[in-house]
Amino acid sequence: MNLKTARTGGLAALAIVITLAPLGFSNSYFYDVGVNAMFNAILCVGLNLLIGYAGQISLGHAGFFALGAYGSGILTERYGVPAIGALVLSASVVGILAFVVARPILKLKGHYLAMATLGIGIIIHIVLKTEAGITGGPDGMSLGNFKMLGFTIKGDQMWYWVTGVLLVLAVWLSLNLIESPVGRALRAVHGSEVGAEVVGVDTSSYKVLVFVVSAVFASVVGSLFAHKNGFITPDISSFFHSVELVTMVVLGGMASIYGALIGAVILTLLPQVLAAVEQYEAMILGAIMMGTMIFMPKGLLPSLLASLKRREAGK
Amino acid sequence: MFAAFLQYLFSGLTSGAIYALAGLGFAIIYNASHVINFAQGEFIMIGGMATATMVAAGVPIYLAIPLAMAASMLVGVAMEKFAIEPARNADVVTIIIITIGASIFMRGAAQLIWDKEFHSLPAFSGETPIAVMGATLMPQSLWVFGISAVAIALLWYFFNRTMFGKAMLGTSHNRLAAQLVGVAVKRVLLASFALSALLGAVGGIVVTPITFTNYEAGIMLGLKGFSAAVLGGLGNGTGAIIGGLIVGIAEAMASGYLSSAYKDAIAFIIILFVLFFMPSGLFGKRGTDRV
Repeated sequence: MNLKTARTGGLAALAIVITLAPLGFSNSYFYDVGVNAMFNAILCVGLNLLIGYAGQISLGHAGFFALGAYGSGILTERYGVPAIGALVLSASVVGILAFVVARPILKLKGHYLAMATLGIGIIIHIVLKTEAGITGGPDGMSLGNFKMLGFTIKGDQMWYWVTGVLLVLAVWLSLNLIESPVGRALRAVHGSEVGAEVVGVDTSSYKVLVFVVSAVFASVVGSLFAHKNGFITPDISSFFHSVELVTMVVLGGMASIYGALIGAVILTLLPQVLAAVEQYEAMILGAIMMGTMIFMPKGLLPSLLASLKRREAGK
Repeated sequence: MFAAFLQYLFSGLTSGAIYALAGLGFAIIYNASHVINFAQGEFIMIGGMATATMVAAGVPIYLAIPLAMAASMLVGVAMEKFAIEPARNADVVTIIIITIGASIFMRGAAQLIWDKEFHSLPAFSGETPIAVMGATLMPQSLWVFGISAVAIALLWYFFNRTMFGKAMLGTSHNRLAAQLVGVAVKRVLLASFALSALLGAVGGIVVTPITFTNYEAGIMLGLKGFSAAVLGGLGNGTGAIIGGLIVGIAEAMASGYLSSAYKDAIAFIIILFVLFFMPSGLFGKRGTDRV
């Protein structure tokens, strides 16, 4: 293993940060926030494959997240399916759903794509809210711990380590995807779809693939989130939640896996820090979205790296 | 039977008129700048909230309405100046995120300036329902139809008969050419935001006595206005109006005959259907993407 390459070096750094962070945790609240930050980070790493690398916006991603959560809730609580089975089954259903809608949706561009993904997200939200017989309606539903092979994941601390491992895994998977021919094809699609087609890239297949992958990421995180929280409401599928996820990706940096991760962590921690000024939260979130896009449209991490590079070149 | 149908039709036309105004707002900004303004619904909210709170505080309604309209226009102009103009050359995704950011910002500000409660206005001319062939029509619905019709007529006049309106139309067809014949494109962009904020505010004010308003009221109204605009063909004014009416009527019929819980889903089901099968909408130009 060569630690000098960006890939393994970054992964090692990530693992070290996750391992060492608990040294600064004084109680289980910190673990709880840490788990949520990492949940969002996994989600955003997946979403970034779609938005950042393939250049396709999705304003309905919270819908896939919620389907994973509700799939797990309904299967484990009402049908007694084991947690891991429910997670895999939900993810497969979400994957199939994403596959079915991907082709017509990804033919659209720009505003139209935004509108279509938004529409799907809102329809999922309304279904979850309305079908009270299955989902518990606006009151939500509760579900039990995540049990697997006679082993139960519970408590903020244990969740922290499990999520940490999953985050490293998710980043590793995404890095591999991006470095593979698939990743090169995706970037070609982002650069110029027509150009990519001309050199023989089957653009629509790749776009479908990345759409499905990011939806499955969201679904898996949704399942885990549901078990960790023990309680879910249709709010997790709201338009606002989808927008929050997109903001995390663009704040950290589109087309940068670590950027998306950093964006997710910052925006998860922000409300904790801002608890004192809670009534300004929406305004601050809105200002961050506008400010990032106006002053550093590439996002935090890529802009930072670029300015470092410039400084080095200047010497 | 027929009375029930008529009743649904009235309620559909009332909300449809508001979606049409919102859709027109989208069309005006899209034409001038190729920006889809996700904060369009917030203009509607600001119009309604500002008027309702001023009236509640004792300001006479004939004064509150123009003040609220002016406030919305100011917000629209500020948004163009401080959020859209600095990112003029950014790509579509970037602009979408900026306008969503602006809408969240405005919602947060509304929550601070006013509150999270629902507000209403007294109906403009009483609440005695008018009986029409077994159905009832609220006088406020007539106000909604009337004012929407007047607003649409004025817009038509503005775009077809005034120099500045024609300059705006020219900019929408070809920005460079418009610049060459001396159109101040920057002013046109500002005006388009002011105008669509004004339209939104008008819609918000006339509909508040019927639907109430609160700081979040703009989200759904805006999204349905967007559906109306896409259904009619983005950038086509007549299309936006017809699209708005179709969305409003479909919604009212669905909630009457099918299930009221899924009323809000109708607009989005229509829009997915339109996007999948006729992406340029009912009246849009058959689009060809340039390489």
